[in-house]
Amino acid sequence: MKQLLGFIRKEFRHIFRDPRTMIILFGIPIVQLLLFGYVITTEIKDAHIAILDKSNDEVTREITHKLLSSGYFKLDAMLDNDGQIDNIFRKGNIKEVVVFQQDFGKKLERDGKADVQVIADASDPNTAQLLSNYTNAIVQDYLQKKFINYHIPYEIKPQVRMLFNESLKGAFMYVPGTMALILIIISAMMTSITIVREKEMGTMEILLVSPLKSHHIIIGKVTPYLILSVINAITIVVLGNLVFGVPVRGSLILLMSVVILYIMLALSLGILISTIAASQFSAMFVSIMALMLPTMLLSGFIYPIDNMPVVLQVLSNIMPARWFIEAVKAVMLKGVGAGYIWKQLLIMTGMTTVFLVISMKKFKLRLE
Amino acid sequence: MKILRYLLQKEFIQIIRNKSMWPVIFVMPIVQMLILVNAATLELKKSDVLVIDQDMSDASRQLVNKLEGNPFFKVTRVNDADFDADDQLLKGKANVVLDIPQHFERDLRRDNKVSLQLRVDAINSMSAELTWSYMNSLIRDYNNNLRASWMGVSKFDPPQKIDVSSRYWYNPTLIYAFYMAPGVLVILVTLIGMFLSAVNLVREKEIGTMEQLNVTPIKKYQFIAAKMIPFLVIALVVLSFGLLIAKLVFNLPFHGNILVLYGFTTVFLLGTMGLGLFISVVSDTQQQVFFLSYFFLLIFILMSGLFTPVESMPKWAQLLDHLNPLYYMMKVIRNVVLKGSGFFDLKYEFFSMLGYGVVMFSLAVMRYRKTA
Repeated sequence: MKQLLGFIRKEFRHIFRDPRTMIILFGIPIVQLLLFGYVITTEIKDAHIAILDKSNDEVTREITHKLLSSGYFKLDAMLDNDGQIDNIFRKGNIKEVVVFQQDFGKKLERDGKADVQVIADASDPNTAQLLSNYTNAIVQDYLQKKFINYHIPYEIKPQVRMLFNESLKGAFMYVPGTMALILIIISAMMTSITIVREKEMGTMEILLVSPLKSHHIIIGKVTPYLILSVINAITIVVLGNLVFGVPVRGSLILLMSVVILYIMLALSLGILISTIAASQFSAMFVSIMALMLPTMLLSGFIYPIDNMPVVLQVLSNIMPARWFIEAVKAVMLKGVGAGYIWKQLLIMTGMTTVFLVISMKKFKLRLE
Repeated sequence: MKILRYLLQKEFIQIIRNKSMWPVIFVMPIVQMLILVNAATLELKKSDVLVIDQDMSDASRQLVNKLEGNPFFKVTRVNDADFDADDQLLKGKANVVLDIPQHFERDLRRDNKVSLQLRVDAINSMSAELTWSYMNSLIRDYNNNLRASWMGVSKFDPPQKIDVSSRYWYNPTLIYAFYMAPGVLVILVTLIGMFLSAVNLVREKEIGTMEQLNVTPIKKYQFIAAKMIPFLVIALVVLSFGLLIAKLVFNLPFHGNILVLYGFTTVFLLGTMGLGLFISVVSDTQQQVFFLSYFFLLIFILMSGLFTPVESMPKWAQLLDHLNPLYYMMKVIRNVVLKGSGFFDLKYEFFSMLGYGVVMFSLAVMRYRKTA
């Protein structure tokens, strides 16, 4: 026991000795959380558009004004003819061109019907669709305001309540996701690298012939990162709350248990990587290629899992971050108790066990 | 020149010798592209809707039928007023709960007006908004039909109508993979280029072979160039593989000039690899290099405009994004591939990336000291 403590102390000293590593360990999570909370927003704001007004009458000017004062759009250019549209799109700054047909106001008055054409740059299909929806909504709203006193019979008014996130803040999505990403990187990658480092430097053999048991070596290597990761997790939750107003509606103890379980899972994954990788270089590369993008894309961090093709939904089951994000969202935002997330907890525990068992086997092999 | 050639020879031999890295460099990007491009879709495909129908009238049944007929919704219908809808929302089994109150049809006929309550799980604000806008237009549609049939007219028209028709250029069927495939490819090329070149140099430091190189007559720029060129080549090979896959698997159209794309990518890689080298020059261990590059990469990727539009970011972030090489490259690859933009359309991006590359490269050369 005393040997183990001494070993852990040594590991801590390794980390604390280097101020650069310390800044990286604590600075990166804070900077990233702040950046993501402020910067990553899926809502549309100030999208650059161009307008081709072939009519230029009172109505089209009113609609143009309404579009531009909505906050969604920013006028980049007024066009004179259809030929300019392709050229302006190729420069890549304009997302949408709104085309008013000739004699727009007259037609609306005389025939009761006029046409607006929205040409969207669908090289970004999602934004294109959103923008054309917004444009349509603003135009229809203009018309509705004009006939505000006109009586519509048999009107059904849907009223919506946005649950768990009334003001539709993006941070509610990104704080749990960022936590998942940062914790897995720090825990899995740092441990795998420190263990492989001893191998590469040749100091692992010295450790192996020392009276330390092999599981003591692993525990000693992992403990500092466990503690640092817990501190990081607490920082993220506190900052998320203070800066972005992301609440902790459920039990704090349950939340911390989920976090610690996930850190253990990430640490065991790191140990597993370290038993496979021969050099720090391959440990890093495996970690970054296998963990970074898949964690971002397959865990439900940015893209909802329900929308993916079935094969990928199945694949997302093996992403540790998926279960963590589900559990954290449920506890933090919905305020549920352990009864609602037993499945996620069980899966994370199972994964941890499997990783540890495989690593034990591999690690023993190396001793022979 | 001869020295550079020998150095390059050495670097290539080292890379080729290290066979364990080959699958990581070439197979992993391809697998990732195949998988991840499909993962990334924001379009709504299936939303679980729970309808609590307490009215059980013709009108309410029509509404439920209309919802059921829509491919975006998976409808579960219950009639029990005491049904615990909150529980379903908490468990995540329902995304939307629609309450049709008692006497829905009667009130609509009598009062000319009735409201419907919708509850949407809004943790993911983006999907919540999409779901709500689909729902809203569906209900409006249903409302129009109902009105027309009750009033006995084929179509009910307001006094004036503006028809907004949308046309989607460059991707008329709104295929999301056309957007994601080039984007993911840029990320993979960046990961390979920047990361490999960054770690490679510091490795010589850590193993101690750097000192041996330092005492040779090799010039600084020769050394740095020799460290960079092999990974530039590898990154361009990965780009070619990726484009081929995008073409074969996702049917990605290629409207631009392929040479323009390679030219831009080379300039882009100069900047990112320059940054990678700079990081490794100022670091002592692989671990530090790894963490610093991870820090930059993650920020670069998330701010590149691939996942969220750059225009929506706060002003200071948009300004800051001009220091992000991925911001330029995302724009470039999408415009060249899908719209066929040429050099002159994107000259601002070209010179920005070139400037970035020159600055990074000079910084790396300047900070690299041949003394230990």
